[in-house]
Amino acid sequence: MFRKILIANRGEIACRVIATARRMGIATVAVYSDADATARHVHLADEAWPIGPAPARDSYLRGNVILDVARRSGAQAVHPSYGFLSENADFADACAAAGIVFIGPPADAIRAMGSKAAAKALMAQAGVPLVPGYHGEAQDPALLASEAARIGYPVLIKASAGGGGKGMRVVAEATAFTAALEGAQREAAASFGDDRVLVERYLTSPRHIEIQVFADTHGNVVSLFERDCSVQRRHQKVLEEAPAPGMDPARRRAMGKAAVAAARAVNYAGAGTVEFIAEGDAFYFMEMNTRLQVEHPVTEAITGLDLVEWQLRVAAGEPLPSAESDLSITGHAIEARVYAEDPARDFLPSVGRLLHLRQPTERPGVRVDTGVRQGDSITPNYDPMIAKLIVHGADRKDALRRMSTALAEYEVVGVQTNLALLRAVVAHPEFASGHFDTGFIGRHPDVLSPAAATPEPAVWAAACLTALAQVQAAARADAARTGDPHSPWADLDAWRMNGDGYQDLHFATDAATVTIRAHLSAAGTRLDMPDGPVSASLDAGLLRVDGVGRPATVVRNGDALTVLLAGQGYTVRQIDPLAPPGGEAAGSDRVAAPIPARVTRVLVAPGDTVAKGAPLMVLEAMKTEITLSAPADGTVDSVRAAVGDMVEEGVPLVTFVAE
Amino acid sequence: MPVLDSAFDLRSPEAHTNAAAMAELVADLRRVAATVREGGGEVSRKRHLSRGKLLPRDRIRALIDPASAFLEIGQLAAHGLYGGEVPSAGIITGIGRIVGRECMIVANDATVKGGSYYPLTVKKHLRAQEIALQNRLPCVYLVDSGGANLPNQDEVFPDRDHFGRIFFNQATMSSQGIAQIAVVMGSCTAGGAYVPAMSDESIIVRNQGTIFLAGPPLVKAATGEVVTAEDLGGAEVHSRISGVTDHMAENDAHALGIARRIVASLNTVKQPSLALREPVPPRYDPAELHSIVPTDTRRPFDVREVIARLVDGSEFDEFKRLYGATLVTGFAHVWGYPVGIVANNGILFSESAQKGAHFIELCAQRGIPLVFLQNIAGFMVGRKYEAGGIAKDGAKMVTAVATAAVPKFTIVIGGSFGAGNYGMCGRAYSPRFLWMWPNARIGVMGGEQAASVLATIRRDGIEAKGGTWPAEEEEAFKTPIRAQYETQGHPYYSSARLWDDGVIDPADTRRVLALGLSASLNAPIPQTRFGLFRM
Repeated sequence: MFRKILIANRGEIACRVIATARRMGIATVAVYSDADATARHVHLADEAWPIGPAPARDSYLRGNVILDVARRSGAQAVHPSYGFLSENADFADACAAAGIVFIGPPADAIRAMGSKAAAKALMAQAGVPLVPGYHGEAQDPALLASEAARIGYPVLIKASAGGGGKGMRVVAEATAFTAALEGAQREAAASFGDDRVLVERYLTSPRHIEIQVFADTHGNVVSLFERDCSVQRRHQKVLEEAPAPGMDPARRRAMGKAAVAAARAVNYAGAGTVEFIAEGDAFYFMEMNTRLQVEHPVTEAITGLDLVEWQLRVAAGEPLPSAESDLSITGHAIEARVYAEDPARDFLPSVGRLLHLRQPTERPGVRVDTGVRQGDSITPNYDPMIAKLIVHGADRKDALRRMSTALAEYEVVGVQTNLALLRAVVAHPEFASGHFDTGFIGRHPDVLSPAAATPEPAVWAAACLTALAQVQAAARADAARTGDPHSPWADLDAWRMNGDGYQDLHFATDAATVTIRAHLSAAGTRLDMPDGPVSASLDAGLLRVDGVGRPATVVRNGDALTVLLAGQGYTVRQIDPLAPPGGEAAGSDRVAAPIPARVTRVLVAPGDTVAKGAPLMVLEAMKTEITLSAPADGTVDSVRAAVGDMVEEGVPLVTFVAE
Repeated sequence: MPVLDSAFDLRSPEAHTNAAAMAELVADLRRVAATVREGGGEVSRKRHLSRGKLLPRDRIRALIDPASAFLEIGQLAAHGLYGGEVPSAGIITGIGRIVGRECMIVANDATVKGGSYYPLTVKKHLRAQEIALQNRLPCVYLVDSGGANLPNQDEVFPDRDHFGRIFFNQATMSSQGIAQIAVVMGSCTAGGAYVPAMSDESIIVRNQGTIFLAGPPLVKAATGEVVTAEDLGGAEVHSRISGVTDHMAENDAHALGIARRIVASLNTVKQPSLALREPVPPRYDPAELHSIVPTDTRRPFDVREVIARLVDGSEFDEFKRLYGATLVTGFAHVWGYPVGIVANNGILFSESAQKGAHFIELCAQRGIPLVFLQNIAGFMVGRKYEAGGIAKDGAKMVTAVATAAVPKFTIVIGGSFGAGNYGMCGRAYSPRFLWMWPNARIGVMGGEQAASVLATIRRDGIEAKGGTWPAEEEEAFKTPIRAQYETQGHPYYSSARLWDDGVIDPADTRRVLALGLSASLNAPIPQTRFGLFRM
């Protein structure tokens, strides 16, 4: 076994590989870009080496630099994980040339599976099922129609040169074929200047099911069962689970056999995933990923294995630790990918600092693989993943329950996340039923932007109490820096002589503004909420409203307060009642001459819209030209002087329409 | 430090009686205060609000640090005077914290007679300035007043402590580096125009604040010129042309925000010269004071029971406990501030007066603030005591009280009668603050004594002429005297005339005292030079 390995990756997967290596007594070398200098994986590794600037092409994709680090640090092997260099055959070759073990499949296997078309041809030879179709050059309509009949309806006609849905037609039955073909060809010609088409079986309700395979260098190949990754958005997996809902043992055996055959066809070694598209009992090869997959933990959960350990053992030349006959499935596992992205805005990555991050507590049945901590930033340089949440239960129902509980524990403030989407999917009856396919999210756009939750009274209460506690803490801290450190004036309970103290707090959401009066006394705080008074306290993360306690967290970012209740985040803005109504522009509704002067030019007329700083009038005084500029954005109301006029100082020359 | 042991039985019938009676007094006090807080009544409040103006107490709330305390001064001023129509004398004054800095706030209440200055309005304004001067508190004037109340001009204009003194004080304080800040939120007419003009920095609210020596009616009468208030002395005029104001605000809230920024820029440092401690609450709940103090000032109680409920940890290091026992003296801490306490526990004798003078000397020597807990029927009388020189011993104590330069705080917790009031730092001795409990009584002597003294003189007169005075006639003679003394000795009567700074709930005493102590530390504690002590 290796004494020391280099992990050529970052984020959660680098941390996860380090964990297994450490358990196995293998020293780890991390690499990091400038952007990751203080990242979690850098702190976890035994040593960490800088490899260049933030962009991946200048750091994590620079194989030569990474190999140089491997040599200088004495690492015997490189673990590429997923992404970056993981499916780079040239890098695998370079490792071999440098005498460093590439913890992954042979370069030839990567190449063989790297070309989709070649891979499909190879799979066809190996007897791995492919989506029935016609990809020939001949385009005679009669031939295409007969091919369609052979393939079996419904079929999909696609432009050979195509993409983006142009020149694509779904044909339900033979009678509609000719018309659809003509339409597809016309569109293809118009869009791509090439009217050639191909015909494939159209799957109405496809599922993405993949088989985890493992091969060693001694000719052993095993299947570690399937994962169902059908819940996707824009071809990125959202939730993955194992076993696949509705999978029966016979089909599992058949798919496993096909996957093993695929691996054998390319002389595979190490961890790989054979992806199939499945409908009913049929399944067809799509591609093979020659790496450890993001979603490997669900397989680990149901098999009780550590796939990274297997990778290391295989790479070190050991035989596979278990034979296929020794493997079995225990329970059901689901993984959710927690991303810093905005599902409502087309999954735009959300960049920012994780001002507050509380992840579910790891416990039996709940695993969190993460590469970030509170205070870290999600940068535009890399994948905006926050974590993978993996749950394992006795059965699917049990796993779903654990998933929704764990998702409710998630608290992220500072970036947008897909947590609401994940919660919505997990809570969706169709998902719960197990009868779903890759079109799930497309069919249910409501899960993308669950109705913006209107803050419940507890949210206002938590926001008020936090705002009060913060001014209190600030007052005490300020007092502590003075010569009167325990000043009773720093005790903020709005004390009044012979009366009850209160403080009004003003908040706003996009929908409404709310003013809440907080009555403060030694006996506790009473809040006048929009729908009546409540007593409230927030102490050590426990919010009590009229005595009923529940955990709550409030995170402030400037004037925004994010209240986290049962994992649901609500953001409200605190309003400063002393802020001037139109910003600090008081008195900017007129412009006057600074000294007595003659008007030489008038540049605006009533009704003109001017931007702040725009020239309005030019004056001349004491042989000096003076340009009067707009003090703020606005519309000219009146111009009170003409060219040639002598004007006194301080007399308004241009006035603006009041806001 | 020794801890006071309470011997008081909170479950005794006496405790229940006291608590019930005090609860009633406190409830009445809160009722009266609530009425006072209403200002000029529903109609004028609504009119004020309809102009987009904030009510004066809301202005103060917005001006001071969020959720911070406001130590109101003279809350009950003019209570029962001027036909009961001028609550708080039409001006709200008090200490509040602005950006961490204790300031004196003086806010006209335009809902009360247009914010015009009655005699007590002037007195209250001057008292607020006196406190600001003594304790070096920056002053923020929230001006919204029509100026002197014309029907009362003889009592507000000409004398030393009349209207003009306001500006004298502004100039004096400014000369001493005590910031003067004016926020013009309404009228600022005639003499009132000098408030912003005499300030270090001034703010005016647009379309709302006006400043002029003579308003449009007087201008028209004098010169025939017709001009609107806004064109005569509005924000635009004073911010752009005259330069009377330095900042123009869009509304009340904006103006108060600017005032806060000005205070933030004052660059003052509070440097108390006291050995401060971490505050500890008293071991006995201050709320128990309600049970301990009888509302009848003639009934005695052990003042140590009161001290135990005011001072940190109920710790009290008593001085000369075995000597002059009717005066209790000793060191303690209130909210972490060291204090010397002088408290009555009976009539003052020569020994107790000498002890008091000695203790006050100690505090002055050490720079420790003094707290007087007044419950005094007076000095002992009689041949033996006069011959013993009680007058010169009382004089020693009065001299010590008058000249001790440490901050002094007086709380009248029971009776405040006769020369006892002087020896125990009554109003004439310029304590930094003087508060009364609602059960307290103040007067040259008790109603009963006064009635008896006057009856004795009268009977002597009648009998000298050979006449007789029937008992029922004597009683009829005494009754109105007793009633007069009861009325005039009442704390509301006192507070209405600003003989004190406020009537407070005994349970609030610790808090009020602490706020006052802290505020007083803005001024350095000078060395004391005592007057001559008659030996």
